[in-house]
Amino acid sequence: MHLPAHIKLGDSLVLLSGCLCTVWLAALLWQGGAADKAVIRSGGKVFRELPLNHDTEISVPGPLGTSIIAIRNRQARIISDPSPRQYCVRQGWLKNAGEVAICLPNEISVELTGGEKKYDSLNY
Amino acid sequence: MTASTTEKIGGGKRGKGKGENPSSILLSATAEDHHIARLAAVALGLTVLEAAIPSPLPGVKPGLANIVVLIVLARYGWRAAAWVSLLRVVAGSLLMGSFLAPGFFLSLTGAVCSLVALALSMHLPRRWFGAITHSVFAAYAHIAGQMLIVYLWLIPHTGIAYLLPVFGAAALVFGTVNGIIAMRFMDETTIHHRDTETQRNAKT
Repeated sequence: MHLPAHIKLGDSLVLLSGCLCTVWLAALLWQGGAADKAVIRSGGKVFRELPLNHDTEISVPGPLGTSIIAIRNRQARIISDPSPRQYCVRQGWLKNAGEVAICLPNEISVELTGGEKKYDSLNY
Repeated sequence: MTASTTEKIGGGKRGKGKGENPSSILLSATAEDHHIARLAAVALGLTVLEAAIPSPLPGVKPGLANIVVLIVLARYGWRAAAWVSLLRVVAGSLLMGSFLAPGFFLSLTGAVCSLVALALSMHLPRRWFGAITHSVFAAYAHIAGQMLIVYLWLIPHTGIAYLLPVFGAAALVFGTVNGIIAMRFMDETTIHHRDTETQRNAKT
């Protein structure tokens, strides 16, 4: 059994990079920012929790009117909102866990959860 | 259409009567054809053997037949390896009863992608890269092609990406093992070959 003689330098480099590639794939796809749920809050209370793997649109009532939230391709965004400055609408699609869009005047927020949060500074 | 078939039948009868049929097509197989067929048969045997091994996940298979393909690639070149690999896929699917089923197209895609990877990796400098490198690259190409077909055709959902690390790890492990087996096999046969040659030389 003289196994090491078979494995040439290039072979071992290929194997090493293969191992790194696999670990990187696992880290990227299993733990990283992939979100699986959107938590919609209205007036500080959880209005609904939606899974991201079904494309839907939902209307959420608030003090100023209704906001419309869409889920598509594992991403979520606020399509329309009666708030004057439209900050939450202009924030666009939310992709990673921990990302939040808040429509303060209408007291509505969308937060993506699941996996690891990229940052946790948006607590109140 | 009918005229030609009746003519053929008539011709066949006539041929039978005389014991010789001048209009019959004779496929003459060269020695190389026989050789490739023999190697493909070995690969086929390994395919059937492998089908008996239970797999935790559809798609995770050792791919033992690729040991034969690797040896053929090193010994007789890419063309022979492609013949053996594709013959194995077609004949294997006929044996398993999966000809033209989704599984057949998956294994065909895997075989074609592997052959492309082998065609590229065989040009790497021999001094540093051996059958293990070829095998690992072929295994990765195999699973990458299959995942692409699965995504585009069978399961168009990004959720299958969660399985990528499992398939990647399996490709790495089985690719390495197959490469080592192919390498050892080639070493042993060359040693054996050398031994018989020296024996022959000693006798004369």
